[in-house]
Amino acid sequence: MNEAKENINIGELKTGESGIIVSKLDDLLNWARLSSLWPVGFGLACCAIEFMSTASSAYDLDRFGVIPRNSPRQADVMIVSGTVTFKMADRVKRLYEQMAEPKYVISMGSCANCGGPYWEHGYHVLKGVDRVIPVDVYVPGCPPRPEALIGGFLKLQEKIRTESILRPKGLEKLMKKDAV
Amino acid sequence: MQFDEIKSIIDDLMPGAVVDVDEVAFPKALWIQPNSILNLCKALHSNENLYFDSLSCLTGLDNGEEEKTIEIIYNLYSIPYNLHLMLKVKIDRDRPEIDSVSEVWKTADWHEREVFDLLGVKFNNHPDLRRILLPDDWEGHPLRKDYVEQEKYHEVKVKY
Repeated sequence: MNEAKENINIGELKTGESGIIVSKLDDLLNWARLSSLWPVGFGLACCAIEFMSTASSAYDLDRFGVIPRNSPRQADVMIVSGTVTFKMADRVKRLYEQMAEPKYVISMGSCANCGGPYWEHGYHVLKGVDRVIPVDVYVPGCPPRPEALIGGFLKLQEKIRTESILRPKGLEKLMKKDAV
Repeated sequence: MQFDEIKSIIDDLMPGAVVDVDEVAFPKALWIQPNSILNLCKALHSNENLYFDSLSCLTGLDNGEEEKTIEIIYNLYSIPYNLHLMLKVKIDRDRPEIDSVSEVWKTADWHEREVFDLLGVKFNNHPDLRRILLPDDWEGHPLRKDYVEQEKYHEVKVKY
């Protein structure tokens, strides 16, 4: 007992007074971003019910740092949870444009992915939200279970983990276009 | 009160308003002269033996290009007497116009807007006849039998 006390000063370790962590800035930024993905709090159809239950205590979306925000200005990610009608498409686009960079989109469920059951006769339904805004992750299902939505968030985290502020992907794409 | 009794009251109130009886419909329905629908509804609403004070539903139906008619269907309910009544009106498909009953029942306001939105029926003297479901700049009326969806809406392709 006495020996252990002498060797390790637990108090010093806990306060971190002597601790230094070395990391890459990219890793630090990515870690911060992927650990606090705040979605815009809005829902469009039955997928929104699954989204809500994902946030409930049983599935506890909070543990990933996912907390719905009521303003697009404060949000990092948009979950398009449900059928996007043409009337709503204009609003979804407006909300996306109001979000600050970096921003991500999760398309949740068949309707947002491709029009779902409305693909043939739904004259009023947008056949995939990617016709209006860019989508990062598609979550299949009708509606997807909470586990599937959580899976979508994990996929998005994987994607963010590979990002770099020194390698802006958008710029690379643009330069490739110019070269061609 | 039975259907026949209601019909005889209506015949007394407004002779000639009832054109035909639809025995197959459930509940049995009365075909009404389009010009007399507003006055008939007013009378049904205030008649002390009927008091049809609630409009349960107002809807429209397109019979297609061959028949060249559109039907407007009124489902009435009398809360004090627990009576149901269905009225049907046939109007011209090429010039669909009918008097609004929104001054009799406030409910009719939105119901008529829906019929206007989806079938293109013009309701005369309606307080606010705009589309209710589709965007204001939508083209055409989707529940028409010959409806073809537009190519693009706000630069986005409509078809799959």
